[in-house]
Amino acid sequence: MHNRTIASLATGLQTGEFSATELCRHFLARIDACNDTLNCVITTTAEGALEAAQASDDRRANNAALGELDGIPLLHKDVFCTAGVRTTCGSKMLANFVSPYDATVVERLHQRGAVMLGKTNMDEFAMGSTNEHSYFGPARNPWNTEHVPGGSSGGSASAVAAGFAAFATGTDTGGSIRQPAAFCGVTGLKPTYGRVSRYGMVAFASSLDQGGVFARSAADVAPALNAIAGFDPRDSSSSQHPTDDYAANLAQDLRGLRIGVVREHFSDGLDSEVADCVHAAAATLREAGATLVNISLNETALTVPTYYVIALAEASSNLSRFDGARYGHRADNPQSLEDMYERSRSEGFGDEVKRRIMLGTYALSAGYYDAYYGKAQQLRRLITEDFARAFTDVDLILAPTTPAPAFRLGELVDDPVNMYLSDIYTCAINLAGLPALSMPAGQSASGLPIGAQLIGAHFQESRLLNVAHAFQCRTQHHLAAPDTGAYAEISR
Amino acid sequence: MTWETVIGLEIHVQLATKSKLFSGAAIGFGAPPNSQACAIDLALPGVLPVLNAAAVSMAIKFGLAVGAQIARETIFARKNYFYPDLPKGYQISQLEAPIVGPGHIDIELANGAQKRIGITRAHLEEDAGKSLHEEFEQYTGIDLNRAGTALIEVVSEPDMRSASEAIAYLRKIHSLVRYLQICDGNMQEGSFRCDANVSIRRPGAELGTRTELKNLNSFRFIERAINFEVERQIDVIESGGSVIQQTRLYDPDKHETRPMRSKEEAHDYRYFPDPDLLPVLVTQASIEALRTELPELPDAKRERFKQAYELSQDDAHQLTSSRAHADYFELAASTSGHPKLTANWMTGELAAALNRSNTDIVDAPVQAQRLGLMVARIADDTISGKIAKQLFEIMWSDERPVDALIDAQGLRQVSDSSAIVGFVDAVIAAHPAQVQQLRDGNTKVIGFLVGQVMKSSGGKANPKHVNQMLRTRIEEQTS
Repeated sequence: MHNRTIASLATGLQTGEFSATELCRHFLARIDACNDTLNCVITTTAEGALEAAQASDDRRANNAALGELDGIPLLHKDVFCTAGVRTTCGSKMLANFVSPYDATVVERLHQRGAVMLGKTNMDEFAMGSTNEHSYFGPARNPWNTEHVPGGSSGGSASAVAAGFAAFATGTDTGGSIRQPAAFCGVTGLKPTYGRVSRYGMVAFASSLDQGGVFARSAADVAPALNAIAGFDPRDSSSSQHPTDDYAANLAQDLRGLRIGVVREHFSDGLDSEVADCVHAAAATLREAGATLVNISLNETALTVPTYYVIALAEASSNLSRFDGARYGHRADNPQSLEDMYERSRSEGFGDEVKRRIMLGTYALSAGYYDAYYGKAQQLRRLITEDFARAFTDVDLILAPTTPAPAFRLGELVDDPVNMYLSDIYTCAINLAGLPALSMPAGQSASGLPIGAQLIGAHFQESRLLNVAHAFQCRTQHHLAAPDTGAYAEISR
Repeated sequence: MTWETVIGLEIHVQLATKSKLFSGAAIGFGAPPNSQACAIDLALPGVLPVLNAAAVSMAIKFGLAVGAQIARETIFARKNYFYPDLPKGYQISQLEAPIVGPGHIDIELANGAQKRIGITRAHLEEDAGKSLHEEFEQYTGIDLNRAGTALIEVVSEPDMRSASEAIAYLRKIHSLVRYLQICDGNMQEGSFRCDANVSIRRPGAELGTRTELKNLNSFRFIERAINFEVERQIDVIESGGSVIQQTRLYDPDKHETRPMRSKEEAHDYRYFPDPDLLPVLVTQASIEALRTELPELPDAKRERFKQAYELSQDDAHQLTSSRAHADYFELAASTSGHPKLTANWMTGELAAALNRSNTDIVDAPVQAQRLGLMVARIADDTISGKIAKQLFEIMWSDERPVDALIDAQGLRQVSDSSAIVGFVDAVIAAHPAQVQQLRDGNTKVIGFLVGQVMKSSGGKANPKHVNQMLRTRIEEQTS
């Protein structure tokens, strides 16, 4: 049941094949059985989930079901505030923080009747590419538990791959949805900046952060995006651009579509198995009627440093509110104000977060602002223009999501620079504010999933899902599921 | 050798918006601590600011009133520093592209001349909360009711050359923001606050090193603090030292300024554009719409008062010092039909009475129409000017209509000849020497005689009639 599509689950609920409560119990049992090994869920909300499922069953009994997502189980990345349920951001700082309000994304999915099963593991404050930088321990890759699920939304990707929920939310600042989606063999969409409200999403880098969705297929991403997309008056950066019915446009023909492949992407840094998968995906899309075009993006080499200067500068300021004064971790017996700040923040934040706060503070400091932040903003404009130019020629771009399949646990823990460089194919998209998704495109010889990325022009989410769906109609990659039998304790 | 003082002011004007600059929380002085702070003001994780459009409109009105350029695209920036009453760890303010660009305002100097003071800029920013150090043993209390309240910071050019010029400028801005109804101007409650940048130099020399004076919350303190600081800087330099650029706090009890601990000001604010707020675009149409909403401003009103009511510069200045004064005057003057006499009463008796009872004109027990009616009764000879002072005192504590009071108190002036003639004849009989002097051509003595008649009539006789009748009766007796 946990590998069925959302459409099929919705049909099952509608026909009475199973109730929302039964569905909920099934997924909760999956979490129970596998989470000790995978550690992809930080907080399980079984009681609330069963209540919500019962409410969904009651609605259905009264012919008042709320639509396709009513009764469908999901998990939220623990970066989204949930009223009454702790929101930790994977940090000791917020380990006991309970928000009084729901994030807009949480609220909108709740309004559609989706049933929250819990909150997923993540790199602390969404800072990391491996999920090893979590106060709650690393989440693991369900395909091979010696490997990371990616990050920062590693818990959500791992949970969807392992069948913990029909879909999960995530956030993507420089690749934090797409990279773990690629590592775990699921479909992950990062929408256009401003498409999904950031209200209630704990900020990492405000001008780059964007909420999105993990699911097993593009067809499953679509209804979830329908729920969360759209203007929110509480987020000044959210867009008034009209939304589409993302589920309605999946089946469009690809004939006449021009898809760009970027020459600069296929350089020495790219693993040959990943390159092969992307080329194979290109071939499949060509067979489906699209025209493949080679294009150039000039600024590729500059994207990672540009991204990190801007992201960390914003982060250094965004994380100032965690000062021990009003909520979150406060050091015992502070001797002075400075002592309270210093020890609360030293104890509450992990090493990677501290490293990023220091780098970002440096980039904004007097005398360095122009050389770092100012220069990065100029480059950001060039990168954005580079993409805009590309989209005058092509409708979308096909690219690798990551340079290589999932790292081994521990491989990059002490090598932050190489961890940062692994964002090479994803972070430029955030700088330009574009929508992009990662879809399963094959496996390595060692059995790890490989993803391919589709990048669209602003607000082209419908087109991305349409092309990914066409690809998934012609391939089986997204149907592959990890064998969780080895570590699932069938305890019930 | 003489020293020239150079002063620039930074004024924080709290905008009279209903809600905060970036949240929907209400604003009000004196509410229980933290009862007016919502999730956004508390900087809970995940919250975002949404700009209050009313605050932008108020800032634009201020800009238009000082002839400033209004930015067509204005940007909010984060000013980063840690303090417990600053919940986000940064203040949302403006650095580049402030909403109000260069403008100016004219002040009146003691000698009556006008001086133009440049306004460098005015930007929107949110206020911090309050740290309460006294109330809690060993702890600091944090009240975030004020956190997020909308301010404009008005930065002047260093154009003022004395404390009194600085005060004149400050009063002018104070008056202006109340005319515009964008600030209640209450200095005690902190709605209108000022920091002063003070330096000295030899006339014509380059600008000297400045110090910034903080904690200035009344016009009197500001003047005293600046004067103290100028003397201190002169002492420092004349005894061979040099002024250090620093922030100094004024202590009104000890009447001195002293430096803040250097740690408190060693800030690198790391300003950068706030990514949570997009640049705000201001259309020409919206600027023009706000321009039409501007009330008549103090300078224009003063000139009109001088022209239309034939008031002196001083009276016009005083009566336009606030919108409440001006409104009071116009209503009282139209009621009385005698603007100049009304102005005299306002700048004289009314001003004195308000001062004595420490009352604001809007709360004056004698409101504009009553004063106007009283002035009308002076003008139509119902009462004398002298009796009017007595009546005014009664009106201050007795709400009955003016005419009813005149009758009840028997204040009506006696103009009836048959009633006056007895007093006049008695005075002539009682003062033959003075009467003779008058007959001999000493006309000054008439004043004495009139005074005697007024005295014996209890002040109620119409002095013009008395004067007339004295002359007539004396002439009659002579011939």
